[in-house]
Amino acid sequence: MSRIAGSSTEVAIRDLRFRIVPIASTLGAISLALTPVVMAAPLLPDFGFLVLITWRLLRPEIWHARTALWLGLVNDLVAGQALGQSMLLWTGAFLVFDLIDTRLGFRDYLMDWLIAAGALFFYTVGTWYIALLMGSDVRFMVMLPQIGLSILAYPVAARLVLALDRWRLSR
Amino acid sequence: MKPPAARRPGFSRRAHYGLFFGYVIAIGGMVVAVLLLIISIVDPRGYGAIKGAALDVTAPISAGGRSVVRFFTGIGDGISAYIGAGSQNAALHRDLAAAQRGLMKAQAAEAENRRLRALLGLAQQAPDEITVAQIVGSTFEAPRRMATLSAGSAAGVRVGQPVRAPEGLIGRVVETGRWAARVLLMTDGASNVPVRAVRDGTPAIAVGRGDGTLELRTLEVGSNPFRRGDILVTSGIGGIFPPNVPAARVIRIEGDTAIARPLADPARIDFAIVQPVYQPAAAGPLELAPAQPVAPPVAAPAAAPGGRTPPRLQADPRYQPALQEPAPGAPVPPRAPR
Repeated sequence: MSRIAGSSTEVAIRDLRFRIVPIASTLGAISLALTPVVMAAPLLPDFGFLVLITWRLLRPEIWHARTALWLGLVNDLVAGQALGQSMLLWTGAFLVFDLIDTRLGFRDYLMDWLIAAGALFFYTVGTWYIALLMGSDVRFMVMLPQIGLSILAYPVAARLVLALDRWRLSR
Repeated sequence: MKPPAARRPGFSRRAHYGLFFGYVIAIGGMVVAVLLLIISIVDPRGYGAIKGAALDVTAPISAGGRSVVRFFTGIGDGISAYIGAGSQNAALHRDLAAAQRGLMKAQAAEAENRRLRALLGLAQQAPDEITVAQIVGSTFEAPRRMATLSAGSAAGVRVGQPVRAPEGLIGRVVETGRWAARVLLMTDGASNVPVRAVRDGTPAIAVGRGDGTLELRTLEVGSNPFRRGDILVTSGIGGIFPPNVPAARVIRIEGDTAIARPLADPARIDFAIVQPVYQPAAAGPLELAPAQPVAPPVAAPAAAPGGRTPPRLQADPRYQPALQEPAPGAPVPPRAPR
C-alpha cells in the first residue's frame, strides 16, 4: 500500500480506520466475556475495562467521558451484570482520569501503570460492593487474585493497544 | 505525554460550551446509572426483558465457541483414552462388576421403598424435567457466579426453576431470554440451598462463597456435625429444590463451619437438566396461594342504653382488627363518647 492515498475511497477507508479502531477493539475486548469457559472463581481481568482505560491513558483526546457511558451499557448487557454497574464505574473512572490529567502536567509509562492499577483496584472494589448490595455475600479476599492479575495484565494490554494505535495512524 | 489539547479549548466559547455539556451528559448519565442500579437491587427481575434480549443475542456466540472448545478437549480425551486402553479396559471391567452388584441391591431397595410408600399412602413424586440444555458459558470477571444455559422461555424455562446435572445440583434460573437463560450457580454468594448430610441427616444451609466452594451453616452451636468427605443432598425444605439431589462434598472443617465443594462442576458437565419448582406455591405470587379459612365477622354488640360504654371488642376471642366492618344488616353501634 502506498503511503499516499490514491483515491477518495482510500481516504475514506483510512479515515474510518482512524476513527473505528479504538471503539472496535474495546467492543472486542468486552465480547471476550462471551468466551465459552466456565470459571469457578473470579480470576481473569475484566478485559473490556482494561482495554478501555489503556486507550484512555494512551490517547486522552480521542474519547470524552460520556463515551464510557454507552460502552458501559454494552458491557452490562453483554456480561450480564447489574444494569448500570459498568455505566457508573466506567464513567466515574473517566471523570477521575480527566481530573488527574488537569492536575498532572506529564505522565510516563510507569505513572500510567500506577494510575491503571488504582483504577482497576477501585473498579473491582466497586463491582464487589454492588454485588454485596445485591445479596451476594462474598469475602473481599476472593477478589484479590483478580486484582493482582489485572494489574499484571496492564503492560500486555498497553503493548497491544500501542500496536493497534500505530496501525491506526499508519499511512 | 503532553497534556492533551482537547482539554484546553482556548478562547472559543463554543468549544467551552461543548466541553461543559459533555461533562453534564457524563454526570447525568452517572445519575441515571445509579437509578438503574437501585432499581436492579430493589427489583432484580425489573429489567428481565432487556437483559433477556441481550442474552438471546449473545448466547449463540458462546454456544458456537463451546462446541469448538469441546471438540478440542474431546481430541485430548480421545488420545489419552487410546494410550491407556489396556489398563482402562481392566479397570472398567472391575468397576462394571461392582456396579452391577450395587445395581441389584438398589433395585431391591427401590422395590421395597415402593411397597413401603404404598403402605404409608404417600404420593410418588415424579421428578419430571422441563428441558435438557447445555451450559455454554459463565461470568468470569465479576464477583457473581452465573452460567449461561442454552435454553430459554421458548423451552419452558422460567425464573426460579432449579437446574441440575446427572452428577448433582447446579443452581437455579435467575434470568430468561427466549432461547437462553442465566443460572445462579450454587457457589454464588447470593445462593442458599437447604441441604442435609447423608450420613446422619444433619440439616444445614449451603451458602456460596464466590470462589467455587460452599459454606455449610447449621443451627448447632459448639460442635461441628460434619466430617471431611461427608456427602450432602438437598433436603427439599423451602420448596424450590427437589429433595435428595446430590449437592456437595465436605472438603475441610473450619471451626464451627464446614467448607464443601459442589459435586457437579459446571465447567465439565455436558448437559444440565432444568426441573420444575418442587412445590409451585413456594415460588408463585401470594394471590395464587389457596385462601385461608377466616373466622366470620364479629357481630357488633347491641347499642348500650344510657350512654354506657359498650364492651370492648378485643375481649371477644373471634375479634379480628382487619374484619371490623359490621356484617350487612347488623346494627351499626354508636361511637363511644370521648
